[in-house]
Amino acid sequence: MANSQRYTREIPHRFRLEAQKFEDGFVSLPNRYISPNGNKNSEKIKLSGKGKILSYTVIHTPSDEFKLIKPYAVAIIETIEGARLTAMITDTPLDKITIGADVELVFRKIKEEGASGIINYGYKAIVV
Amino acid sequence: MREVAIIGVGLTKFGELWDQSLRDMFAEAALRAMEDAKVYKIDSLYVGSMSGGLYAHQEHLGSLMADYIGQVGVPAARVESACSSGGQAARLAYYEVASGASDIVLVGGVEKMWDVDDGTFVLATAADQEYEAYNGVTFPGLYAMMAQVYMQRYGLTREELAAVPIKNHKHSVHNPYAQYPFEIDLKAVLKSAPVADPLRLLDCSPITDGAAAIILAPLEIAKNFTDKPIKIKGIGAATGPIALHDHKDLTRLDAVKLSAERAYKAAGVGPNDIQFAEVHDCFSIAEIIVAEELGFFDYGTAGKAIAEGQATYGGKVVINPSGGLKAKGHPVGATGVAQLVEATLQLQGRAGKRQIEGAVLGMTQNMGGSGGSSVVHILEAI
Repeated sequence: MANSQRYTREIPHRFRLEAQKFEDGFVSLPNRYISPNGNKNSEKIKLSGKGKILSYTVIHTPSDEFKLIKPYAVAIIETIEGARLTAMITDTPLDKITIGADVELVFRKIKEEGASGIINYGYKAIVV
Repeated sequence: MREVAIIGVGLTKFGELWDQSLRDMFAEAALRAMEDAKVYKIDSLYVGSMSGGLYAHQEHLGSLMADYIGQVGVPAARVESACSSGGQAARLAYYEVASGASDIVLVGGVEKMWDVDDGTFVLATAADQEYEAYNGVTFPGLYAMMAQVYMQRYGLTREELAAVPIKNHKHSVHNPYAQYPFEIDLKAVLKSAPVADPLRLLDCSPITDGAAAIILAPLEIAKNFTDKPIKIKGIGAATGPIALHDHKDLTRLDAVKLSAERAYKAAGVGPNDIQFAEVHDCFSIAEIIVAEELGFFDYGTAGKAIAEGQATYGGKVVINPSGGLKAKGHPVGATGVAQLVEATLQLQGRAGKRQIEGAVLGMTQNMGGSGGSSVVHILEAI
């Protein structure tokens, strides 16, 4: 079930890994008007792309849009700047993925959408 | 505010209901509840449904269901909070009765999940669509990532994890409404297909068609309808981060803890007073973490306690006497209401062979997403 999510291209901060650091310490890759705890003051920071795995799983039963690449791993990553994000692991053997492993974010094709196969891009992570 | 009671309940059979549409299921459960309470005119209607649109291409469920239960004209609205839609609908209806705005309010929940191409996609809309599902995470995948950290930190074994579905299937055997009323053993769990490591198929609640309904009334007139009204003693609800990665601790469900604290405070009771609980065991790991957040067991100990029989008949607290989401079935928008139906039947002494002897105080806990929302009801036989 695909949608034409034009915003994945029109909102460039995720391609550039531009996050926000709020005064209350919360770091967010999704750009927000206000932190979850109500702080409105933030500065824009560029994520280095370096981080570590907090948890991961190997997906065996994906939704239709990821069926062709199963099984694949996804992970929750904390970057060295303190941003939390969820990303697919790529270019890494499944048995090399562990909690605590160092990763680096890379720019990749995420999936194709619709009958004409419009390509959606984003970040994935490599265990380094 | 007025005190509020449940005066009637109704359910459909849970399962693959190919010959019943969304409205058929809802009407069957709702009309059973109305018959149970001997109520033929309601003042207001709430419909809990996660995704009538994506599952059945039908929105505007308030109007549709009022029309098909013979109550055209009543105010009606659909309530959505992912898998906790039913519990949230009941919560809003409670306040409508408590406030004095309405007397007789029907709360129904419904979901039609089998007749859809890509159910995994629909369920993942309960997660953060732009930042989780976009990157390939499925809904079981989120709970799998909680399990990975939990197992590493607390030494929970794969066998202890399996104790949750084994127990819930055992409970379901005596539930005539359950989707899968049969026992499973450890070997079956460990041999079932992998879904998202470490979770296997038999760790996961199933795809289910079904509906549930309850009728609320002010406690002061409840005895006009039934000899055994069930008082809603306390309600608590809370939100958590929409994305799992924003949970400070991946083994915790803060919204569950917060909703439980609020419900305990409203009811004036604590976890040790609760005799049984219908909780949101969407995945085996979920029941373990939820049982800890509700205060039944210390952090890191619920898995072992459940494996040792502390959450079944004769244990500390009976968790999911109905069979839970795992064995009774999980029609997402109906689940929160179905939990209230089971709690009512137990407290009224109408639960048949799964009856908990002497049950007077019970709880329901209904969760949305990966802990993005939770609602707790505490119910009392009076």
